[in-house]
Amino acid sequence: MRLYLERRPEHSRTMAIASPFIAVGLTLVTGGIIFALLGFNPFSALYIYFLDPLTSLWSIEELLVKAGPLVLIGVGLAIGYSANVWNIGAEGQLVAGAVAGSLFPVLIPSWQDPTVLPVMLLMGVLGGMAWGAIPAFLKVRFGASEILSSLMLVYVAQLGLDWLVRGPWRDPHGFNFPKSVAFDGWQVLPTLSDSRVHLGIAFALIAAIVLAVVMARMLKGFEIRVIGSTPRAGAFAGFSRNRSIWFGFLVSGGLAGLAGISEVAGPIGHLQPSISPGYGFTAIIVAFLGRLNPLGVVAAGLMLALSYLGGEGAQVALGLSDKIARVFQGILLFYILACDTLILYRIRLAAFGWSGARQ
Amino acid sequence: MPGTSADRAGTCLLEASRIVKRFSGVTANDEVTLKVAAGEIHALLGENGAGKSTLVKIIYGALQPNAGELFWMGEPVTIASPAAARDLGIGMVFQHFSLFEALTVAENIALALPGRYDLAALSENIARVSKDYGLPLTPSAVVADLSVGERQRIEIVRCLLQEPRLLIMDEPTAVLTPQEADQLFITLRRLAGEGCAVLYISHRLEEVKSLCHNATILRHGKVVAEVDPTRETAASLARLMVGGDVHDVKATSPEHAGETLLALDNLSLAADGPFGVALKHISLDVHAGEVVAIAGVAGNGQGELFLALSGERTTSPGDAISMGGTPCASLRINARRALGAAFVPEERLGHGAAPGFTLSENVVLTRHSGKDGLAAGGFVDFARAAELNQRISRDFDVRKGKPDPEARALSGGNLQKFVVGRELDRQPKILIVNQPTWGVDAGAAALIRQALLDLARSGSAVLVISQDLDEIFEIADRIAVISRGELSAAEPARGLTTERIGLLMAGAHEKARQPVAEAV
Repeated sequence: MRLYLERRPEHSRTMAIASPFIAVGLTLVTGGIIFALLGFNPFSALYIYFLDPLTSLWSIEELLVKAGPLVLIGVGLAIGYSANVWNIGAEGQLVAGAVAGSLFPVLIPSWQDPTVLPVMLLMGVLGGMAWGAIPAFLKVRFGASEILSSLMLVYVAQLGLDWLVRGPWRDPHGFNFPKSVAFDGWQVLPTLSDSRVHLGIAFALIAAIVLAVVMARMLKGFEIRVIGSTPRAGAFAGFSRNRSIWFGFLVSGGLAGLAGISEVAGPIGHLQPSISPGYGFTAIIVAFLGRLNPLGVVAAGLMLALSYLGGEGAQVALGLSDKIARVFQGILLFYILACDTLILYRIRLAAFGWSGARQ
Repeated sequence: MPGTSADRAGTCLLEASRIVKRFSGVTANDEVTLKVAAGEIHALLGENGAGKSTLVKIIYGALQPNAGELFWMGEPVTIASPAAARDLGIGMVFQHFSLFEALTVAENIALALPGRYDLAALSENIARVSKDYGLPLTPSAVVADLSVGERQRIEIVRCLLQEPRLLIMDEPTAVLTPQEADQLFITLRRLAGEGCAVLYISHRLEEVKSLCHNATILRHGKVVAEVDPTRETAASLARLMVGGDVHDVKATSPEHAGETLLALDNLSLAADGPFGVALKHISLDVHAGEVVAIAGVAGNGQGELFLALSGERTTSPGDAISMGGTPCASLRINARRALGAAFVPEERLGHGAAPGFTLSENVVLTRHSGKDGLAAGGFVDFARAAELNQRISRDFDVRKGKPDPEARALSGGNLQKFVVGRELDRQPKILIVNQPTWGVDAGAAALIRQALLDLARSGSAVLVISQDLDEIFEIADRIAVISRGELSAAEPARGLTTERIGLLMAGAHEKARQPVAEAV
C-alpha cells in the first residue's frame, strides 16, 4: 500500500477553511511531543503555553498589543503574496517607518499640538513605502529577486537605526543609553483608558477591513489575484505585472511602516536599537495562516501573538528559552504550507502498481 | 492488405476484452472490446473524451482497468507498467512527447532505452533504422535544432529500435506538414507490411480512410461501431463518432468585400527569447464580412503574431497595425478592445481563462474595461458577471456540473465554447482567434466555426490562425500561410489546393534570401 495525491477538479472550499485548523492541530501535537522529549508533561506545558495567557485581563491586553503590528503587517503582506510579490523585508520597512516617523519628535521635540501625531504617522507610512520601493524598483527595472533584496534591506535598516540611536539621534540627557528622547504628550498614540491597548490596534482592524473589501469587491483586488495566480491570463486582461509589484510593495511597505511608527509612538515611546521582536518576519506566517485573506489574517495575528506570549510564559514557568516561540512559529508555517496541498489534492491510498501514477 | 475480420481472428495480436475504467464518477471506458491483428493498421476514432486515451493508456500499462482482460497473442496478460508493455513488444509515440533539447538525437534515445548503451553502436543502429524506414535523422544532431516533425521521428525510431510488434501512435499528424504526413504514412504502411500492428489514433477522417484497414469507433466510452474505413465516407465516419449528423457549416461567401477593419502594414517584431520567432514584414488586410485564415505549422510565429495583434506585446510604428482605421500597434490590449476588437488565444486554460477562477470571474477578465465594463468605478459588478456567464453558457451550450464552476473543472471543448462565447457575446467588430477548435470535440468545433462565420456575415472582420487545414477550408474566404515569421499574400480559398498550402507551409514564399526593406 502507498499514499498518493490525486488532483481535485476544483479547489475544495471545505479544505480551504479547514487547512489552517489542521495545521494548528498538528503544531500542537508536534509541540506536545517536543515538550515530552524535553521531560515536561506535554499537557500542562501546552496549557501554560497556549491557554494560560488567555486567563487574565492583563495578558489579553498584551495579546492585542502584540497582535496589532502582526495584523497590520500581515494584511499588507497578504496582498503582496496574492500577487506573487514576495516581500520578505517587512521587518526592514517597519524600522524605516519607525525612523521616518520619529524624525519630527526627535529633531523638534517641542512640537506639541494635535497636528504632530498625524504627521508622524504619515511619515511612518511614507518611510515604509520608500523602503519597500527599493526592492520593487530593482525587480521591475532589473528583474532582481525581491526575496533577496527585500531581506537584505532589513539588515541595512536595522543597522541604520542602530547608528542613529547611538549617534546623531541619541538623547543628550539619556545617560549615554542608546535611545532617542522619549516622545511625549501629543507625540504619543492615545490608549484605551490606562491600559496598553493603543490606537495602532484600531489601524490594524481598519486596514484589514478596507483590504478585505478591495480584494473581494474591487477591480484592483481582482487584478492582484489574477496576476498572482495566472500571469498570462492577467496580461490578457490588460493587467500589468509591474503595476502589481509596485502595488504589493507600496501597500505592504506602507503598512509595515505604520506598524513601526505605532510601536515607537505607542508601547515603546522612543527609538532604541531594537523596536520589534521580529514582527515583520512573524507576519509572513500570519499572512499564510490567514490564507492571504485580510479577515483571516486578523485571526491568525491573534494566534501568533499568543505564541509570543506563550513563549514568555514558558520561559517563566518552565525555564525554557523564549526562542521556543520561534520554534513553534516555524513548525506552524511548515504545517500551513503542507496542509495547503489538501486544498487542490486529496490523499488516496493505493495498492502497488501504476494505477495511481498519473498526473 | 485488409482482409475480413473472420480471417484475422486467428492471428489476433492484441485483444482488449470488456475493459472498464472509471474515474471518480465518470466511466471513461465501458466494456470496451478491441482486437488488433498483426500487420494491421487499426484506427481508434472518437471525439475528445470518448475514451481513446484511457484505452490506449491501459494497453500501454500506464493505467490499470477496473474490469476486463487483456490478451496478448491469445494469452491473458497484466500490463503493470509501460516498461512491461515495452517488454511485450508494445511501443507508443505520444502526441506531446518530451525530449531533452540540449542533447543529441542519439543521446535522447539512449536515455529512453533500458540498460546501458554504447553510443557509437547505437548511433549506427539509429542511422540504419531511420534509413530503412524512410525517417531521415542525423544521430549527432542536437534536438533543439530540429523541427517538430523531425522530433517525432526520434520518437518513432526509438520505438522501432525495440522491434515492437504493436506501435501505438497518438494523433501523429497533428504536428506535421502534409508532406511530412505523407512520408509518415509510407513508413507506417511499410511497418504493417512487415507484420507490425499499428494502433492509430486520429481525428482526421480522410487520413484514417486512406491509411487504416480497420477502425474501432468510440463514443462516450463505448464501442459504437467497428468498420472498414475504406468503405465509409468521411461524413459517415463523422456521424458514427458524433452520433448524429455533424451539421455542415454554411459557407456562403460575402458578395463583395466591405471596408478594411483590420490592417497590418509591414509589421515586424523581434523574437522574444531564444526559442521565439521574429515576425518579419507582415502585411494583411481583413475586411468587414470576411473570414481570413492564417495557416501554418505550429511554432512558425503564430503565437507571436497573436500577441502583437492583441496588444500583449506592443510595437512601433503605431500604424503597423490599424483597427477600424485607428493606428494601434503601440496601444495595449484594453485600448484595442475599446476599438471594437476581441481576442481568443490558443491556450484556453492559463491564457484565455484563469483556471482557479470561476466562470463569472473569468467573464470579468476581458470585460472589465470600457464604458459598459463590469468594473466601472473600481468595483466589480459580480452580479452582472454572473448574468453574463448564464447568457454565454446558454447561447454557446457550455455544459458544466454547476452554474458557476472554476474554469479548470470544465472539459476542453466546453471551456473553449465559453472563451469564444465570452468574446462573441460582445459583438466585436474585429475578432482574432488563435486555434479556435484545437483539441475540441466535433460538436463543439462545428458550433464554434458556425459562430465565427455568423459573426463575419453580420459585418465583422474575423481573423483565424489555425493549424487545421480542414477547418481553414471550411470557414475561410481567404487564406494566408505563415512560415518562420513571414506571411504569404492572402489568396481566395476557392482557388487554393492543400498541396499549394503545404508548399507555402514549407516556406515557398519566404523572402529571407532576398534583400528586404528595413523596418522603420
